[in-house]
Amino acid sequence: MFDWQFFVLLMSNGVLIGLMYSLIALGFVLVYKATDAINFAQGEFVMIAGFVVAVALGAYGAPLWLSVAIALAGMVVFGFALERVMLRRLIGRPIVAVVMATIGLAAILRGVGPLAWGADTKSLPLPIPDEPIVLGPLFIPPIQVAGAVVSLLFLAAFGYFFLKSRKGIAMRAVADNQQVAMAMGINVERYFGLAWAMTGIVSALGGIIWGSLLGVDVHLALVGFKVFPVVILGGLDSIPGAVIGGLIVGIVENVAAGYIDPYVGGGTKDFAPYLLMIIALMVRPYGIFGKTIIERV
Amino acid sequence: MIHRECGVLKTTYEADMALYPLPIARWAVAAIAVFFFLVLPLSVHEYYLSLVNLISIAVVGALGLNILVGYTGQISIGHGAFMSVGAYTAANFAVRLGAPFWVALPLGGLMAALVGAVVGIPSLRIKGLYLAIATLAGQLIIEWTINHVSWISGGVQASIEVPRPRLGSYVIGSQRQMYFFLLVFVVLAIVGTLNLMRSRVGRAFIAIRDQDIAAEIIGIDIFRYKLLAFAISSFYAGVTGVLYTYYLGIANYEQFQINVSIDYLAMIIIGGLGSVLGSIFGAIFVTVLPIAIRYAMEAFGDVFFSSAAVLNIIPNLRLILFGGLIIFFLVVEPEGLNRLWRNIRSYFRVWPFAY
Repeated sequence: MFDWQFFVLLMSNGVLIGLMYSLIALGFVLVYKATDAINFAQGEFVMIAGFVVAVALGAYGAPLWLSVAIALAGMVVFGFALERVMLRRLIGRPIVAVVMATIGLAAILRGVGPLAWGADTKSLPLPIPDEPIVLGPLFIPPIQVAGAVVSLLFLAAFGYFFLKSRKGIAMRAVADNQQVAMAMGINVERYFGLAWAMTGIVSALGGIIWGSLLGVDVHLALVGFKVFPVVILGGLDSIPGAVIGGLIVGIVENVAAGYIDPYVGGGTKDFAPYLLMIIALMVRPYGIFGKTIIERV
Repeated sequence: MIHRECGVLKTTYEADMALYPLPIARWAVAAIAVFFFLVLPLSVHEYYLSLVNLISIAVVGALGLNILVGYTGQISIGHGAFMSVGAYTAANFAVRLGAPFWVALPLGGLMAALVGAVVGIPSLRIKGLYLAIATLAGQLIIEWTINHVSWISGGVQASIEVPRPRLGSYVIGSQRQMYFFLLVFVVLAIVGTLNLMRSRVGRAFIAIRDQDIAAEIIGIDIFRYKLLAFAISSFYAGVTGVLYTYYLGIANYEQFQINVSIDYLAMIIIGGLGSVLGSIFGAIFVTVLPIAIRYAMEAFGDVFFSSAAVLNIIPNLRLILFGGLIIFFLVVEPEGLNRLWRNIRSYFRVWPFAY
């Protein structure tokens, strides 16, 4: 007898978690879309932002709005600085160089976080009740709902930004063809910086939501590993792709974990999305919504 | 080699093609051989020799990864997993069938080569970033499989105890015996890589790295050679895994997690992409760095910090320096330590003149 209640529970959980993945994937997509750089340190961005908020709240007793503001401002500055100091010098270099540079950055951030603020797990309390919302057969934790709502809001905001605003259109032009964009009088380097700053903002929000869900320590950075299946499935340069990819990954990993974990002793959550991603890479490497440009040599 | 030639006075093709164009190079090779086979193992304390052994293992792995990343231009973030494939294959053969090391070791390498080639199949369709992510997926999937299939690993989070390698009735147990055991493989790996790059296959790898479209047009079967690069590179990785397993005496999946893949990538970037000497420099550097940091912090850390803080600082400082060095070398000196070495050498070649 198929247990519908269990299945629906896994699905709803998957959708909510998936939307929270989308938020982090959005940071990745923003950078890739504008600068063609890949950020292997996305999870570490989230972790650092989580650290800042948790420490401001816990150790310094700052109010929540101030902590969030500090994290947002800090990540924006960090994004601009990173582009200026590191990534601008790597423009035109092979892709291995950018991949390795962001991996190096990830190592630095993973060292700096616990070095500056201690290795213990910090809690990041948000003014959200703990009791799950009961909807018929569903038990939904409010924090996940909040995360999903914030994700959707930001996805919509960035969608609007890219479609309608002057800066967004300029950024799309930069992403499309840097030389032509330059010829049209767009300051390409400034938009590179802007893209990294926007990633900083998204990562800060991701850090707050994921940090309050999981607690803030080095392991928060592991969320970053979920970004790759999400963006490959959805398409590396597509914002709707980040949403759809996030939903697919969230649902698949929850359903797979629910049905397979009892037989193999756990860990399916980390494994299933990557298996799905490998299949996607074989069949449709540019993802569901991605640009269908892929070199085959 | 450090040597100063004066004039090129070659009269035959044999002299022009000679492996060592100058007698001094032959003497230098002989001196290096004497140093590594006699002076170093007989004069150094066992502890430092164990450090040299770790470096030896890393050299084999770094050379393998450099064949793939440095010479063929394909990226792999899955080499830690390929090492674990080799390690577990050899461990299972050694424990279940009692295979001696000279059977288990090549089998481990071949198994890793097979798995590496399978993970490399996407390299036909995808490259660059996509390949990086595909190999990352390979790493995580292999890690999970080994950890969760108890037929391979003996259960979740278990480790397999591997008997010491033995040659006939001679058991290789102490660090000094281990040193000679590993030295054989290091020499094989270095000579093998150097000769591979002089061969048709190696030239094809370099052609693919430099311009894949042009390489295909001049008749190089890209798919075959990319897979071959993955297989050869993974073979080295598998052998590295087996050597490490024999060195430690146990096979455990935690020794081959993703940070190992990144360590090896760091070695070849810090050492120098596409250079044998660079792989060796990088392996030495990355292996010694954490130990040097630990010594420095234990010696001087107490002056500035409390001892509890020092314990927190050591691993984190390692990460920071490690990442910082990767970025530094990528931005400032993309050709790595090998380039610095060449600069020093060419400075002394014409010393005391400036040109």
